[in-house]
Order: sequence, then structure tokens, then C-alpha cells
Amino acid sequence: MFRTFLVILRRDITLAMRRRTDVLTTLFFFVIVASLFPLGVGSEKEMLRFLGPGVVWVAALLASMLALERLFASDHADGTLEQMMLTPQPLSVLVLGKICAHWLLTGLPLVLVAPLIGLQYHLDGMPLAVMMLALLIGTPVLSLIGAIGAALTLGLRGGGILLSLLVLPLYIPVLVYGSGAVAVSTIDLADVQPFMALLGAFLVLALAFSPLATAAALRISVE
Amino acid sequence: MKRHWFHFSAPSTFYSLAGRMTPWFLALAVITGLISLYWGFFETPDRLGGSNPQKEYYRIIFVHVGSAWMSMWLYVVVAGWSALGLVFNTRLSYMMAVSVAPTGAIFTFLALFTGAFWGKPSWGTWWDWDPRLTSELVLFFLYVGYLALHSAIDDARRADRAAALLAIVGLVMVPVIFWSINCPDPNQCAALHQRSSMSDIDGNILFGMLGLTFAFWMYSFATSFMRVRSIILEREADTTWVAEQLQKEGVR
Amino acid sequence: MMEFLAQGGFAFYVWSCYGMAVLLLASEILALRKRRRTILARVGRLKRMRDAEEQA
Repeated sequence: MFRTFLVILRRDITLAMRRRTDVLTTLFFFVIVASLFPLGVGSEKEMLRFLGPGVVWVAALLASMLALERLFASDHADGTLEQMMLTPQPLSVLVLGKICAHWLLTGLPLVLVAPLIGLQYHLDGMPLAVMMLALLIGTPVLSLIGAIGAALTLGLRGGGILLSLLVLPLYIPVLVYGSGAVAVSTIDLADVQPFMALLGAFLVLALAFSPLATAAALRISVE
Repeated sequence: MKRHWFHFSAPSTFYSLAGRMTPWFLALAVITGLISLYWGFFETPDRLGGSNPQKEYYRIIFVHVGSAWMSMWLYVVVAGWSALGLVFNTRLSYMMAVSVAPTGAIFTFLALFTGAFWGKPSWGTWWDWDPRLTSELVLFFLYVGYLALHSAIDDARRADRAAALLAIVGLVMVPVIFWSINCPDPNQCAALHQRSSMSDIDGNILFGMLGLTFAFWMYSFATSFMRVRSIILEREADTTWVAEQLQKEGVR
Repeated sequence: MMEFLAQGGFAFYVWSCYGMAVLLLASEILALRKRRRTILARVGRLKRMRDAEEQA
């Protein structure tokens, strides 16, 4: 089963690397959205420092969500998805492979670029590190939860907007604790631990249940 | 008993049962609603003192709490019917889930509206990102998402099953979402918000609240049954029993 | 009676709430009634069309 996972992972990454712009557009969306807020609310230093964690997280949420459509769309369009569903390997393993590839290409870049955004919001060293860690744990959860939505809205017209409507409410716990962790780290580093524990718990639960739910959703959508 | 249960899971038999029951539910809703409101307005003090003083506007509580409880309960009902549908693969279960949801969404909106109108005179603001109001808003989004997904899919079977899965995922996420909104800082979760306990409430006010909630519940049965009957007619239009039904009702 | 309507000066808030409730719930019932009539008419039309086809 692990081999299956690796095969799918390698396949998806290879395919995506042939269209590198897709990966970069997600990243730039993240940067642009984060840059819009100071233009909208003013660039006073203290306020930006206060808003920073929340803004970075909302931008990460939106970028992550926009990228979700691509998770199953191209495979669905050329019939590969149906072939995957007919294989004897458990669909949830295949799904996990795809989600993992998806995260590596869309979520991980966000984690790496986030400190730059954090600097724009006048956040210091420790909060930046906390932000990276929180995003590192949180963005996979976003990909995992989002995959369920992507599977449910597969092939629908108006899919992207509908997907956001379905998935954004489900993102709220990750948003609350993710940005909370960074906000608290600016005051007292020791308080960050429960936040990370919660995010970690979300990740574990999402890893356990989301592939199954996504596989079920795929079967519903492709029949 | 088992034979009896599945007897009504056929749309044709349930159709007439629902039709007979609807007027009773409506009547019950109106009667209990009027009684509860009378009690709530006339048998209760005009102003409340104590730790949480409220003036006459507190009478909004009856419709606010009733609609809020219904909004939450009906979401559970939608998820319940969805689960039954996915497990037993019965068409009617899916139809019931889809029928209950719009009423739930309406109650959620009403809870938000009445919450705002209660908030203005008592707290001084139309909206506050108070955990309860925020949770209710998120619940509204969940309902809208469910309805949007179902209407976006043309194939009835896929629509039913996709929406059912979404409802169940939503139900599982609801405690997590509500908890994260209520308790955004796990370091200091204990002290939060005004915890109003049921035992502190004046008996007459409680009666009004529970009574109107019950009335809303009866109303929900009525609207759900009305809606499901329309859905059954739409989907089973090709069958002979519908043709007979049309003759009974007089084809217009 | 006037006292009841005035609700201690908060009439706007209280009656807006109950008014909205009545509006929403009554509209829902009326909309459902209309939906049923529309469907019956449509299904009836289809049936008549199909019966006419069969006879022809």
C-alpha cells in the first residue's frame, strides 16, 4: 500500500511540475492578498502587527482553497480518475497520495513564503517561527478537509465558488487556532503549546478520516 | 414492527400519510404558539432585575431562543435522514433530508435577525462577534452550503448522496467549529461569556420559551411534510400511483 | 392594550422580531402551497400530453 501511495505521489508531482505556473499562481495569490490588507486598512505599524497573524492565515486559507479545484479536475476530465477507482488498491490510499502531492505543491510553498509576509506585518523572529510551524501543521489539514469538498463538487458548473462556500466554514477551527497561536506567541511563548497540540490533533484526525470521506465523495460524484 | 417501519418508506404510502398529518401539525403549531406567546407576554414581569437586568425587550427571547434551538435541532435532523439514506439507500430518507433543510435555514436566519434586534437595545450594538451569534452565523453558512450543493447537481441521485455526505461531515465538524469559536484561546477557556443556566430562569418565561420552541417544532413537521410531498410528486411523476393521485385531486 | 403595543418604548425591536417571524413562516407556507399547485399542474399537463399521444 505504501508503494501505491508513493507511485501516486510521484505521478502527481511530475505532472504538476510540467505546468509549473499553476504552483506559482497559488503562491502569488497568497502574496497579493496579504499585500492588499495594508492598502485597505492603513499601514500603521502596531495595527499591522496585531492583524498580521489573522491576515496571513486568511490569505493561506483562500490560496489553499483556490488550489483545491485542481486536485481532481484534470484526472476527472481525461478519465484517469475512473480508472483509479477501478483499481484493486483502496481508493483512500490513492486519494491520500494525491492530497499529499497537492499539499507539497500548494501548501508547503505557503509555509516557506509566509515569513516574508510576516516581516511585512512587522512580526519578529519567534512569532515568525511559530507562524511557520503552525502553517506547517495547519495547511495539510486544509488540504485534507478541502479534498472532501473538491470531490463533492467535481465537474459541477460554478464549482469553484460552490467549493469555497462548502469548505470555508469547515476551515474555521484551523483558522482560529492557527492565528491564535501566532498572536499568543507575540506575548508569551509558553502559551503556544496548547494551540500546537490542538492543531496536531486536527492533523491526526484529518489524516485518519478525510481520505475515507473523500473516497466516498468521489464514488458519489463519479457514477 | 419491522414491516411497519419500512411500509412508510415508500414514497407512495408516505405521501398520503404526510398529507393527513400536515394539517394537525399546523394546527398544533398555531395553538401552542399562541398560548406560549400569551403566557410569555402577559404572565411575566415587565422588567427583569438581578445579575442580568433586562427591560421589556427581553420578550424577544421567546422567538430568539426558539428559532435558535430549532436551527440546531433541524441540522441534526437533516444529518440523521442523510445517514439513514446513505446506510439503507432509501430514496425517501434523502427526500426528507432535503425537505427539512430550508426550514432549518429560515430558523437560523430568524435567530440571527432576532438576536441582532435584541442586541441593539440591550447591548447597544446590532452585531457583536459574540461566540453564540458567530456560531449561529456559521450554522447558516452550513445550511446554505448544503442547499447550494444539492441544487447545483442535476442528477437527483448524485445530488441526494453528495448533500447527505456533506451534511454528515458538517455535523461532525459542528462541535469542533462551535468549540473553536467559543474557546479561541485554549489557555483560558474556563471563564467565558455569560453562562445562563436554565434553573435561574423565571418559570413563566421558561414556559413561554419551551412552548414556542415546541410550536416551531410542530411547524417544522408541517413544512417538511408539505415540501416532501411536492418533491415526491416531482420525482415520481411517471408512476401510476401519481396518475391516480392526480385524478383524485382533480387535474387542473 | 396601548401598553402592550408600546412594550415599554421598545416596540420597534420587539415587533420587528415577531413581525419578521410571522413574515418568514407565513411566506414559507404560502410558497410551499404555490409549489405544490405548480407541480400538480405540470404533472397533470404531462400526463394529458402522454395520454393524448397514446391514443393517437
